[in-house]
Amino acid sequence: MTDWAAIRADFPILSREMNGYPLVYLDSAATSQKPQAVLDAIIDFYSTTNANVHRGAYSLADEATSRYEDARSTVARFIGAQPDEVVFTRGATSAFNTVAYGWALRNVTEDDRILLTIMEHHANIVPWQLVSDLTGCSIEFVGITESGLLDMDDFHRLLDDDVKLVGVSMASNVLGTINPIAEIAEAAHRAGSLVIADAAQAVPHTSVDVYETGADWICFSGHKMLGPTGIGVLWGRPEILEAMEPAEGGGEMISDVRLDGSAWAAVPHKFEAGTPPFAQAVGLKAAIDYLEAIGMDEVERREQELTEYALKSMAGVEGLTVYGPATAEGRVGAISFSLADIHPHDLATILDQRGVAIRAGHHCARPLARTLNVPATARASVYLYNQESDVDALIGALADAKELFSVA
Amino acid sequence: MLTPSSVRWPTPRSYSVSLEEMYREVILDHYRNPRNRDPLDKIDATAEGNNPLCGDEVTIEVSLNGDTVDAISVRGQGCSISQASASMMSKAVLGKTEKEVAEITDTFKKMMGVIDTDENVVDDDRPGATLGDLEALQGVRKFPVRIKCADLAWTTLEEALNR
Repeated sequence: MTDWAAIRADFPILSREMNGYPLVYLDSAATSQKPQAVLDAIIDFYSTTNANVHRGAYSLADEATSRYEDARSTVARFIGAQPDEVVFTRGATSAFNTVAYGWALRNVTEDDRILLTIMEHHANIVPWQLVSDLTGCSIEFVGITESGLLDMDDFHRLLDDDVKLVGVSMASNVLGTINPIAEIAEAAHRAGSLVIADAAQAVPHTSVDVYETGADWICFSGHKMLGPTGIGVLWGRPEILEAMEPAEGGGEMISDVRLDGSAWAAVPHKFEAGTPPFAQAVGLKAAIDYLEAIGMDEVERREQELTEYALKSMAGVEGLTVYGPATAEGRVGAISFSLADIHPHDLATILDQRGVAIRAGHHCARPLARTLNVPATARASVYLYNQESDVDALIGALADAKELFSVA
Repeated sequence: MLTPSSVRWPTPRSYSVSLEEMYREVILDHYRNPRNRDPLDKIDATAEGNNPLCGDEVTIEVSLNGDTVDAISVRGQGCSISQASASMMSKAVLGKTEKEVAEITDTFKKMMGVIDTDENVVDDDRPGATLGDLEALQGVRKFPVRIKCADLAWTTLEEALNR
């Protein structure tokens, strides 16, 4: 049995106050808090091992390089991949852009189509719009059902031989919906398309084996899974990474530079131009070690429990609407909602005055907000360090909001 | 080694800030029953404003008779502060000359702290004396992230009239 109170105590920020109340952090889908072990690992790295990687001939640089590559091996093992299939990026967004510039611009033409879903984060929409601007390819979006699931009939209807890329989130940051990635990838491959999966809301919360997903590329960020900001991961099938061109040029990504052209370093280094985020990689490794010590199955089980508790508690609030699956099954712990006619922005301000931090807005998924026909939603999202009392504080603050707005 | 007990937290803001001061009845009334929303037939000035961070949107149409605001339409969607401010603004500028509108806008922006001033824009002894209902919005000043919500309609109106 995991001692969840002890886990919570590992996160120093959670013992601070906000506006005179204990901080209740319910915005982990935006970024997660960091356990002491991650903070210590970063301080330790800068205190003992800091030197630029893959450059110096001296021992310190060699140690730093070892820790950077060790972090890559840890990430690889965590997602069921080989180390040289793991590219470190600045974040999930730059992982998508690496594929947009390194693959799509060179392989997609004006006769081709890119198929996305209406529940994609802007990070899995805008790079493809840039590709479309330059190649003339068209983009289409798979819709959702009334219960907030991906409309698979719509997907199969839109999928044909012209589709060269399918982009889909493994779990929606707005609806919490977990999408059937393996089924999508299989159908896409049969149609001759490659598949890029947004795993930013999946890898932190559930055990992911990249080969089981069937996808060709997987993108996620470190800061949503207890790690530091400034680092993300692009995983790709080795033969695809091999055939891809680098999206950025600079130091570290070359094997030779001549005045009339250069040769690239081997995968994954050819995608890591410039000084990579090596201290962040060390932090990300510590985050993965922390998650693995608990066990991802246990993390997932606990989050399901919290999500279930939150959904049940919210169902008891009159005037509250949840967008997305109504039960904890088949979803992650990002719960978007609205309350009567109180605008989410007002809700966030009122809740903040009770120490409760939630997100209000379109959550970087404006097309989805338009589909739901809401200008914005409020979103509460849980992670392993939350507890039932956090949900209780949210529910209490929602009652205060209703009172302020004279909602019965 | 950094431990929770050795971390010095920022001092929490004292909890004197009052939500009730921001969400006054007159603001909620304008939010729920916005004034002057009907589109105009004759449009002499128009502009759209939005706040990409939170999604607040406002569209303003003005019909002028000489330099007087003869009719105004303010439509939009967003939080109570942005929409109430827009509605109250439409009431405040209707029938005013462009010069008077500029003065009211200036006074409002000073009250909200958008424009720096040493002037005492709002006289505490005579509430409502300078800006009428709009003075109810001064409670927003205590919530810095929300000031831009209150300011959206005013900046959009300025843009419409200066075109």
